[in-house]
Amino acid sequence: MISNHYVHTFQNRDGASGDTIVEALIANSSTFGKKTVFSQEKYKLKKQKKYAPKVLLRRPSTRSICETYFKKSPARTGFMRVDALSLLLSMANVGPYSDVLVVDMVGGLVVGAVAERLGGTGYVCSTYLGSAPSSIDIIRMYNLSSDMTSRIVQAPLGDLCSLQNSFNASSVLKDSIQAEGPEPNTVPVENTEPSIPQPVDTTVLDEKAQSSEVQPTNIDISEPTMDEQINQDDNSSLDCKGNDVSSIASKSLRAGKAPSPEKMKYWNEHGFSSLIVAAPGHEVESFVADLLPLLSYSAPFAIYHQYLQPLAACMHSLQVSKTAIGLQISEPWLREYQVLPSRTHPHMQMNAFGGYILSGIRIHNGDACNGIQ
Amino acid sequence: MLKMQLPTLGCYFCVFAKLTKGSAMCANLSFNTRITIPAASAAAEMMVPLDPSAKPTSQRRIAEGDNVVVYERHDAMRAVAVRAGGVLQNRFGVFRHDDWLGRPFGCKVYSTGGGGGGGRGGGKAGAGFVHLLAPTPELWTLVLSHRTQILYIADISLVVSYLELVPGCVVFESGTGSGSLTTSLARAVAPHGRVCTFDFHEQRATSAREDFERNGLSSLITVAVRDIQSEGFPEEQRGAADAVFLDLPQPWLAIPSAGITLKQDGVLCSFSPCIEQVQRACEAMRSCFTDIRTFEILLRTYEVREGALKGAADDEECNAGPLPHREENYCLLRKLQMVYIILLLSWLGLAAPLKGTPAT
Repeated sequence: MISNHYVHTFQNRDGASGDTIVEALIANSSTFGKKTVFSQEKYKLKKQKKYAPKVLLRRPSTRSICETYFKKSPARTGFMRVDALSLLLSMANVGPYSDVLVVDMVGGLVVGAVAERLGGTGYVCSTYLGSAPSSIDIIRMYNLSSDMTSRIVQAPLGDLCSLQNSFNASSVLKDSIQAEGPEPNTVPVENTEPSIPQPVDTTVLDEKAQSSEVQPTNIDISEPTMDEQINQDDNSSLDCKGNDVSSIASKSLRAGKAPSPEKMKYWNEHGFSSLIVAAPGHEVESFVADLLPLLSYSAPFAIYHQYLQPLAACMHSLQVSKTAIGLQISEPWLREYQVLPSRTHPHMQMNAFGGYILSGIRIHNGDACNGIQ
Repeated sequence: MLKMQLPTLGCYFCVFAKLTKGSAMCANLSFNTRITIPAASAAAEMMVPLDPSAKPTSQRRIAEGDNVVVYERHDAMRAVAVRAGGVLQNRFGVFRHDDWLGRPFGCKVYSTGGGGGGGRGGGKAGAGFVHLLAPTPELWTLVLSHRTQILYIADISLVVSYLELVPGCVVFESGTGSGSLTTSLARAVAPHGRVCTFDFHEQRATSAREDFERNGLSSLITVAVRDIQSEGFPEEQRGAADAVFLDLPQPWLAIPSAGITLKQDGVLCSFSPCIEQVQRACEAMRSCFTDIRTFEILLRTYEVREGALKGAADDEECNAGPLPHREENYCLLRKLQMVYIILLLSWLGLAAPLKGTPAT
């Protein structure tokens, strides 16, 4: 049995390589010879991991970023497991030239994943309730090209909904939106008062012909945004991210800017191709009701939540309102296996809680007579 | 009409591995490839738009030649090519394609059976209706004709994620089967990537090719007839693939060739229904792949119903008898609670018939 002191001497003074140390440990171990073949292999791997570690450098991808956060700090990403995220992307038909509407309150994991799948075509419109968007810092992990980051835009839900209503109603609303435009700038960056965003919220909400159910949700959300970086538009993001390396700062400058009025108009007329909602910790029923009208007809949507009850309530209200079909609540189940000769079995611990997804397709619920419109 | 079969319990194993450096594989492979590249499809390219104008939006109207997915119920859908004078008949009645022209996708259409064609059938009691949806790879998986057992959304989504596919990638696949996964791979790599798929069965390869053409995917997907297990991937494709997917009865025979076809840092996935196949595949991978992981994935679905639970006070009240001056209080106690009852519907798994070993 070699003592730790001996090993350190070996390492530092004699400059021995990790493999040499491992061999020496094996040679001097009193119990090694009595171990089974499997046990010996396990022992060797353990020592190698400590004294001769190898790392493989790989480009980050949606899969690896999601897995890392899930292992290290799952609370930041709403306990979204890789298979749940993959399902969201498939169910929402994220593909080339898609205009994907996203509510991302999981740090930007979903926005980044969608941007990666779009590959520089289409748009990701990350929308938020209230006046301050939640942080989407995780997109920096994706190493997105400038093409891809330029496709990420942020717009408050109030603006998107107001446009919708002004499309149907008068142009008075359009003037109000322009009047509101400069308001977010005047709200201080380090805003910790929940009461200050509220007046802005209520003016936005008053314009909306939508139900007032959104109001209580806004009040809830103003608290989480206190802690997160407030990233209001290009100008203030310069202040927020001043301490970053310049290339990273320039990426975050390009991502998350407001969409052009032409784009907003296009989305208003054509609708978004699909919707992904990842807002764990929020009641989703009310703002899904506001988000669905922004989608194209026959557009799929996928709503992720940590818990089942909010999705059940949401599904029920969608069924009653008949605004969507193909509704399904799914729970993905993932089990990893160790596959080795004579030692194949599932990993000793399995994660049983990767969240739930409500998926469906928005339908046209206009009048359904036969014949051409 | 294909009724969707939802299999019960079952599991599939996907094995993911990444290519390491210095894979010294000497495989004596014979190459006898027939690669046919079909002409560009005339069908509307909606399923995977290759152009911003091709995607279905609220402004788009159903036109002749469009593919629509007719949604009858959550487990009853079919793909229909719209044509003038065409008719669809199902349990809900007779539907004329002409009534669909000019309607937006996602609309509800009524049958014209019985009382007067072309009139407002909506008012008639019992008039059947369906919804017309724009096709997507997910819907295609649910409506395509099964020539073989197919992959469903849970496996497809995990495979696409773990193969790290982004637009522009080149993916090699064997076997094609019914083209369920192939369609989703095409979406993942569009608009400039490529899917090269191989199947040893000539008829199935032809059917798949026709499906892809009908769905406007011919420019993305190349189908070839080749026995990958015995011949491997074509030599001229050495180092061409960002990712390789194998769904074969004996994948270990194809793994050396997959190693040659993959670029450095490429990802291989092998998909098998049986653990013995998984074990042999992993063994074959160990020499030139690293970071080998094996997963089993299933999807559970939940049904939501609104119901009523009775309060405990109800029973007490019956025994106490009527007391008129306290009736108001009793009314409050007897108020029923409305709750959502969440039922576990089923394990939506994937059961595969045991893939037989090919005859020697």
